[in-house]
Amino acid sequence: MLYTNLHHIESLDEHKKVLAENENVMVICGRMGPMCIPVYGIAEELEDVYPHVKFCDFEFDNPAADVIRALPEVQGFMGIPFTIYYKNGKVVKATSSIQSKAEVTAILDAEFGKK
Amino acid sequence: MTGEAHFDTIVLGGGPAGLTAAIYLARAKLKTLVINEGTVGGQMILTHEIANYPGVEKTSGYALSMTMKKQAESFGAEVLANKTVLSVDIEGDVKKVILEGDVTYTAKSIIVAPGGRSRTLGVPGEDALKGKGISYCATCDGDFFTDKEIIVVGGGNSALEEAVSLTKYAKRVTVVHKLDHFEAHKHAVEEAKGHPRVDFMMESVITEFHGNDRLESVDIKDLHTGNTLNRKIDGVFVFIGYVPNTESFKGMLDLNQAGEIMVTEGMATNIPGVFAAGDSTAKRFRQITTAVADGTIAALSAAEYVERSH
Ligand SMILES: Cc1cc2nc3c(=O)[nH]c(=O)nc-3n(C[C@H](O)[C@H](O)[C@H](O)COP(=O)(O)OP(=O)(O)OC[C@H]3O[C@@H](n4cnc5c(N)ncnc54)[C@H](O)[C@@H]3O)c2cc1C
Repeated sequence: MLYTNLHHIESLDEHKKVLAENENVMVICGRMGPMCIPVYGIAEELEDVYPHVKFCDFEFDNPAADVIRALPEVQGFMGIPFTIYYKNGKVVKATSSIQSKAEVTAILDAEFGKK
Repeated sequence: MTGEAHFDTIVLGGGPAGLTAAIYLARAKLKTLVINEGTVGGQMILTHEIANYPGVEKTSGYALSMTMKKQAESFGAEVLANKTVLSVDIEGDVKKVILEGDVTYTAKSIIVAPGGRSRTLGVPGEDALKGKGISYCATCDGDFFTDKEIIVVGGGNSALEEAVSLTKYAKRVTVVHKLDHFEAHKHAVEEAKGHPRVDFMMESVITEFHGNDRLESVDIKDLHTGNTLNRKIDGVFVFIGYVPNTESFKGMLDLNQAGEIMVTEGMATNIPGVFAAGDSTAKRFRQITTAVADGTIAALSAAEYVERSH
């Protein structure tokens, strides 16, 4: 269980539904650990600033999170969280490990634009 | 998002020092705002388990952070997190903090508690390969390195303790340290030196990381001979100490050579109405307990200052 205020994805169906219903999606796949908590915090803060983006988390150790762990884009990743940015259901960017607010906003602006 | 609001005291930093200051200020009925650039809790959230905070047998850094925040808010403090501070003007009677989005906050007094952050190596390839073989957290990422060969950079307690703990996963751990001796407790040195799968490269530094999608090798320079060798490696964990987050106060606050804020016994800085607390101040021991003690003193001093300025 991730203690965040983000939308939790807990199953494959939910993951599919979120991607089908939202053009722009950011999924942070991690644990309640030191490198992950700051990224959840940044996403929570940015939810109001980027209303056209759906911000979600997904517990790394949930078997359903294989849908993230098996992505070709993350095969070189060796640090959690794996953060995936989807546009129209397709991965447009993925990052590994802790990110700063500036790094996250730069990706959101580049991939999804500002509102 | 524009606006302006006035407070008795603004606390810059929401780690244990800043949150403790906010608890004391708000409880004394001072209108208090905490502005934190990162996630509330500061370095506490980098800690999986805290076992040396008196009165709490064992907790996670995250849980302790949330409790301190809740406590501060329950007394009426406002806590803003993940904000970008654009500028601070703390020299006059009215202190001013401007945030991204053109939001201006003013106050009669300021407590500066920006803490510190882990030092990075700052060598080519480090940024690009972060999370792709370079890590700063053994507990978070250790399991990605099962049966792999890794390097731990550093010669302090964290580096040596993590080197030993990473042998749970890695088949071989090499500690790379720039000095010819360690700066760690005797037991940590003995444990690392006695471990059959930990070896050492002393007086050596990493000068470059190589790899595309993941870390492949590092250049290591022998400071004694000046020779550089390239070594294939699966992972590098960096534990090389700490830098105070005081860059934005340079030229305003008196800082020592290490960039730490100089304070009096009452945590006052060189500027009237500006107090400082926690890891960013010049002191020898940096712990949660010392940060909360500093935060308490800074808050009581700031409350006195606000009272006098009425
Ligand atoms: C991995 C690790 C494990 C540790 N384990 C323990 C332990 O078990 N027990 C223990 O007692 N101590 C431990 N410590 C030390 C302890 O966490 C620190 O001493 C303590 O957190 C310092 O508190 P602080 O409030 O001064 O600063 P910090 O905790 O660093 O908090 C400062 C906050 O201010 C924010 N900030 C920075 N600049 C600004 C600015 N200009 N404006 C506004 N906000 C700003 C930062 O983002 C941060 O959130 C550990 C530290 C680390 C790194």
